[in-house]
Amino acid sequence: MKFESQSVAKPYFIAAIGLFVGQILFGVILGLQYVMGDFLFPEIPFNVARMVHTNLLIVWLLFGFMGSAYYLIPEESETELHSPKLALLLFWVFLVAGALTIVGYLSVPYATLAKITGNDLLPTMGREFLEMPTITKVGVVIVALGFLYNLGMTFLKGRKTVISSVLMLGLIGLAVMFLFSFYNPENLVRDKFYWWWVVHLWVEGVWELIMGALLAFVLIKTTGVDREVIEKWLYLIIAMALITGIIGTGHHYFWIGTPEYWLVLGSVFSALEPVPFFMMTLFAFNMVNKRRRDHPNKVAVLWAMGTGVMAFLGAGVWGFMHTLSPINYVTHGTQLTAAHGHMAFYGAYVMVVLCMISYTMPLMRGRAAANSNLSQVVEMWSFWLMTVSMVFITLFLTAAGIVQSYLQRMGDSPLPFMVVQEKIEIFYWMREVAGLVFLIGLVVYIVSFFVKGEEATV
Amino acid sequence: MPNTSSVAAENPMTKLPGDLAMWVIILAELSVFAILFLVFAVQFSLNEELFKQGQALLDTRAGLIITLALLSASYFVAQAVAFFERNQPKYFALFLLAACASALVYVVVKLAEYNHLVEAGFGLSGNKFFTYYFLITGFHLLHVLLGMGILIFVLFKRRHIGLHGLNTAASYWHMVDLVWLVLFPILYLL
Repeated sequence: MKFESQSVAKPYFIAAIGLFVGQILFGVILGLQYVMGDFLFPEIPFNVARMVHTNLLIVWLLFGFMGSAYYLIPEESETELHSPKLALLLFWVFLVAGALTIVGYLSVPYATLAKITGNDLLPTMGREFLEMPTITKVGVVIVALGFLYNLGMTFLKGRKTVISSVLMLGLIGLAVMFLFSFYNPENLVRDKFYWWWVVHLWVEGVWELIMGALLAFVLIKTTGVDREVIEKWLYLIIAMALITGIIGTGHHYFWIGTPEYWLVLGSVFSALEPVPFFMMTLFAFNMVNKRRRDHPNKVAVLWAMGTGVMAFLGAGVWGFMHTLSPINYVTHGTQLTAAHGHMAFYGAYVMVVLCMISYTMPLMRGRAAANSNLSQVVEMWSFWLMTVSMVFITLFLTAAGIVQSYLQRMGDSPLPFMVVQEKIEIFYWMREVAGLVFLIGLVVYIVSFFVKGEEATV
Repeated sequence: MPNTSSVAAENPMTKLPGDLAMWVIILAELSVFAILFLVFAVQFSLNEELFKQGQALLDTRAGLIITLALLSASYFVAQAVAFFERNQPKYFALFLLAACASALVYVVVKLAEYNHLVEAGFGLSGNKFFTYYFLITGFHLLHVLLGMGILIFVLFKRRHIGLHGLNTAASYWHMVDLVWLVLFPILYLL
């Protein structure tokens, strides 16, 4: 760690991991509810469990991005963080707001929550992934403004690198796009149209910039490859991400009531969305192959390479599978979407945050470069447990999605939704088992933080 | 093999002019256009009657003027690069401006064409043919505008970017021109 103030990232990462555990616990509950509909009913109904599962994912990734940025920006700028105190204050604000929101979801019915949080004044609730109460959304905006101010001041007074510029651009974009969650027109088509500006332009737009910057940072640190080479890769990747991703939003506009030309625009541009992800794979492997030194933190390099591969598979390949409008016509909203969503989020964003944590945590905990060999081996076990089980979750859901598309939407006598759900039950059971293995992987991951031993050297 | 290296140096095709990064972008751009042309071709074969009627409404003269304007612009850009290499900044600037002026002819003619079609009731959602016509040509128009922006940027920053940067910009411009040479026959003529 070069600067004292970088250590504000630590509480952010700890909170991120804590919320990650919550997300997975709810995921396991949710997976069981697919096959045992009344499991934990009425305490935790399916819709609430789903809301908590997806919202926790978003919130913990945001904690992870913030922690990563607080670590990365001072180091790249070669100066202390503008205000570590503000960073800590915002941490508590965000954590308390997030926790209260989850408590709200679990303790009162959603409609009551909307009422007591004053949703009537500015209605923004009730839309998938943006379920949080309006006041929580306002809180997020305040936290984001303080966060951007703090990092912006740090960025402006120090050295400006491509990595820090791309990261700042991504974070500003993230905040700006979130503002569309306040726009809630009565017209359902318009509502959905702009809703995607938050949802799609986050994960297939500005978050890719954040991911590229974080990956580049870890690769510079662990491989010792020239900054110029890494920066050129980063430029190309973000250019491709934006060229394909922005108009690629069109693949969500196929069936919501927008003009027909979106069928063409959405298909063509999103068909190319795998390109930046494939470039990320090449990037990670090329840099590791060209490495000038063997960094003792081997597990961080493993996460970096894993991100490259899994992001390409999950976001690139699994996304492409159902992005062309003639195919999407039958697969839309089936378990194929769930399969893609799981592997894409894990491969791209979960893994890149865990990669940053893996690289920075040992430094923030006072090691010279890396954890002990034993600790790294345990973390590598968790890498494989989580990654392989996620591959299986994805495969089982893909199988479920294909059968579902066929039985429910194709053939001479399509079957009703619930009949099909019963027929694909076996896949849900297998997915649940894979989900439990994922949970075990996560426990092993946390255990790795407490494994002691002599620090690893090359 | 004593002569190989000098032969390689003389052959302009052995090394890509400009930055490799630009060539990656060019490859990506060409892929997008290729996919658009492919989709257009498939739709053409599925709706032959409709597409032929649509094509009959297009003004081939406008397409021809645009083709000439873009070819001239490419010639001017190539000349500008040559003058830059010979260290004649005045001619360099003159030819780069000429290239922008030619490109502007394209923009004006294209917009006039759009205006004419929309007034006649064939907008973006007019029918399937016109949806593709506007999407593909509109996408190309955006590239011409970006290309002009790049040329103007190069004009102002010529001292900083050097021959390498100029070649990079010129490569992009030639790609824009090349795409039109494929686009024109596919949309207007065939």
